[in-house]
Amino acid sequence: MSIPRERIRNFCIIAHIDHGKSTLADRLLEYTGTISDRKMEEQVLDKMDLEKERGITIKAKAVRMIYKADDGQEYLLNLIDTPGHVDFSYEVSRSLAACEGALLVVDASQGIEAQTLANTYLALENNLEIIPIINKIDLPSAAPDEAKREIEEIIGLDAQDAILTSAKEGLGIKEVLEAIVKQIPPPKGSSDKPLRALIFDSLYDSYKGAVAFVRIIDGTIRPRQLIKMMSTGKTFEVTEIGVFNPDMQPVDYLEAGQVGYVAASIKNVTDTRVGDTITDAQNPAKEPLPGYRKAVPMVFCGMYPAEGEEYENLKEALGKLQLSDASLFFEPETSAALGFGFRCGFLGLLHMDVVQERLEREYNLNIITTAPSVVYKITKTDGTTIDVDNPTNFPDPVEIDYIEEPYVEASIMVPTEFVGQVMEICQEKRGTMKDMEYVNEKRVILRYDMPLSEIIYDLFDQLKSRTRGYASLDYELTGYKKSDMVKLDILLNGEIVDALSFIVHKDKAYSRGRHITEKLKEVIPRQMFEVAIQAAIGGKIIARETVRALRKNVLAKCYGGDITRKKKLLEKQKEGKKRMRQIGNVQLPQEAFMAVLKME
Amino acid sequence: MRTIGLYIHVPFCIKKCNYCDFNSFETLELIPEYLEALKKEISSLKNSGYEAKTVYIGGGTPTVLTEQQLFSLLNQLHKSIYIAKDAEITIEANPGTLTGEKLYLLKTMGVNRLSIGLQASQNSLLETLGRIHTVEDFENNYKTARSVGFDNINVDLIFGLPDQDPEDFEKTLRHLLAFSPEHISCYALSVEKGTVFYQWHKEGRLHLPSDEDERRMYHNAIEILTNKGYNHYEISNFASPGRESRHNLVYWSYEEYLGLGAGAHSFLDNKRFYNHPSILEYIKSIETFSTAIANIQSISEKDQEAEFCIMGLRLLEGLSKSAFKQRFHKEITQVYKSPIKKLIKQGLLQENSEHLRLTALGLDFANLVFMEFLP
Repeated sequence: MSIPRERIRNFCIIAHIDHGKSTLADRLLEYTGTISDRKMEEQVLDKMDLEKERGITIKAKAVRMIYKADDGQEYLLNLIDTPGHVDFSYEVSRSLAACEGALLVVDASQGIEAQTLANTYLALENNLEIIPIINKIDLPSAAPDEAKREIEEIIGLDAQDAILTSAKEGLGIKEVLEAIVKQIPPPKGSSDKPLRALIFDSLYDSYKGAVAFVRIIDGTIRPRQLIKMMSTGKTFEVTEIGVFNPDMQPVDYLEAGQVGYVAASIKNVTDTRVGDTITDAQNPAKEPLPGYRKAVPMVFCGMYPAEGEEYENLKEALGKLQLSDASLFFEPETSAALGFGFRCGFLGLLHMDVVQERLEREYNLNIITTAPSVVYKITKTDGTTIDVDNPTNFPDPVEIDYIEEPYVEASIMVPTEFVGQVMEICQEKRGTMKDMEYVNEKRVILRYDMPLSEIIYDLFDQLKSRTRGYASLDYELTGYKKSDMVKLDILLNGEIVDALSFIVHKDKAYSRGRHITEKLKEVIPRQMFEVAIQAAIGGKIIARETVRALRKNVLAKCYGGDITRKKKLLEKQKEGKKRMRQIGNVQLPQEAFMAVLKME
Repeated sequence: MRTIGLYIHVPFCIKKCNYCDFNSFETLELIPEYLEALKKEISSLKNSGYEAKTVYIGGGTPTVLTEQQLFSLLNQLHKSIYIAKDAEITIEANPGTLTGEKLYLLKTMGVNRLSIGLQASQNSLLETLGRIHTVEDFENNYKTARSVGFDNINVDLIFGLPDQDPEDFEKTLRHLLAFSPEHISCYALSVEKGTVFYQWHKEGRLHLPSDEDERRMYHNAIEILTNKGYNHYEISNFASPGRESRHNLVYWSYEEYLGLGAGAHSFLDNKRFYNHPSILEYIKSIETFSTAIANIQSISEKDQEAEFCIMGLRLLEGLSKSAFKQRFHKEITQVYKSPIKKLIKQGLLQENSEHLRLTALGLDFANLVFMEFLP
């Protein structure tokens, strides 16, 4: 730790998915010799398989590099990685707060996207020095001047000196490093003040417990020091501190300006909340660092094991995921249709997808998910207000005075030729346009006031398919508004299937009801008797379909030699049946539960 | 002596039918070589200690063989294996391959049961099926067989054919009943992979009757045939009293059988094994090793129990509870307690003091019943 604070640079990278953030990070690590070429696994920063596959960084991480600059001095560079998705914007803001500068990476052929824009504004709010980088200049379609112009016109940054790179080809890497050293200011703060360390991420380690990733703003932290989490007042004794090299490497102390980790036998990541301030328990700081917010789940759904006997495994798996994901919420719930499962809360839809996929991949579980729901505020006629995130808890309509639902401001950036489609989609999604801004002659930003529930239903998919993938979306919760919501029930042979119920705007109930009954008719196999599929609001049936009865299921011929083959057929049938859910006397395939999730 | 059912496979047809996925080929030029191998395999049974209580020569079309070939095959059989005096000896035949001489020879060589494939009594349907014969060919061959002295004849029918309606099938049944065969098999058509029908089906050119009509044909057949005094003794089989197929009962009663010839399956000592299905592989293997077994599989006790039930439930009389106990030393009602309870509640199965059997509804949904017995 011989490098003084004046030669520390803390920075992050802001980029849209696929614009080359991870590859650029890899090249920086290589160039500085932090990792030898041979040890270099492609894209070190994205540790989870899932991230590699989806090309997104889900959890922020950090790494330190030593760079010998052209001025002959050695600099300590801390790269703090940021999640690149709208669900994690709070995490992004905390990562940014731990830095003095940011590399704004823009794809030379794609230009700026909505998410990049949102994060750049966040960085500007945090007073970060921004270094524009135009990446992928090796592509034949690269238009660096265009990209520069966009940066200037949309963000208002001087991009004349933007660095041109091809992270893939290793071009411009040294220029980036020199710019980091020259343009990003060294961290401020004083090592003599009481300790204030900003938690920008955490992970769970089976030996060390919950480990907080911190930026020391003021003071110094050492092993055996007694520390206090300022949001909860809980105290812990530091067992180990260290830096990311890129693996965790213990050090004797961390002082103001530095980035590293703190382990203190903390049992749960809920005690290392992102945004919280760590201070010295004996000599506490007067004020915590600004900006702390407890992560609140915005989207809820039921998660059930496809096979009942997997319940305990699902519980264990969710518990393990929660160890490293403080924003994942879950509690037991029971469904008449699906048996024992969990009500789970997520930051957003992607967060939900990621959790579901991790359960399936890492824990080998087969999960049935119920329709995601936002949190509705329902004021009853007796004057009380309740939060409802589960259709099961939707009160009897006669007891409801009014309902409010969460709204967001959605920013959609799209090439001008798709403006019509986007407006159409947003209108369908009950959006009200707030403004429309021409970024340049080719691109537009549309801002809509829109219910969150419409976004989590299928806005992403609709935008993607109807703009050929060109639209990018960002949204921010703005508050609650009164809405005319109803609970839609699905009945099979007269019995309500609780797991298929959902809350929907009254104007959409008919078309959704019709759509779902049609869809269910397609996926419910013919049974020994007729199956009536109905959609109902309250007691009123609004749509009906019928699955005709199956007439036969028999092998006409089976002799000695056939039995092996015929048994295989029967086994296959049985396997298919095992995956079905028995609702009353109706066999329901898993796809039935998918039918309520998506429009297509 | 150990009692078995013996199956001999003759995998040749003049032309493969459009619905057929059996192990059968049009390579008639291979017959002489194949028969040599088959006879060699048969001769290996000398001193094996088996007693065949039934023999079934199936195909393919065994009657594509010439009289000489049939003679030498049957001769080899009699020389090599002990065949019970009262054995049922069946040969499969297709109209168009039978002559008085051939039938007479078969009769003198001990064949006492004939199984003729008619399938339908409308020439247009026979054409769709890709059969080589007409209804008239069947009539002539049948009469010849009777005149030669065959007094135990089965006729195979298929229903649920493309463009067949319930009336067509009823006409077929009425037409056949005029001949009073001792045994009638009524199989529902199933479209199997690798057949011409499957190809047509994929191309949307196969106009199969609705499930409702198909079931109507089946239910009509049961009504018509039982009214005429036939015993509906297996899902797809009907017989005059006492003329049930003893060979097929070996399978359905889960008794031991030995299969010879290309692709033939055997079940002995709770092991199932089968020969190479390819004719050339079979010949080569017999020539080199005197055996052509391609695969042997031991059947676990759990699987034996399941198979015993699945086969036995095909019989309308039902599955004998005491036979299960005798074989496995367990009560079937204990081993399959909850499935039985569930199936009875669903109206698919019924139970009396001695048997468990499919209900009328169970006949249409037999797979749902069988499935419950799988381990």
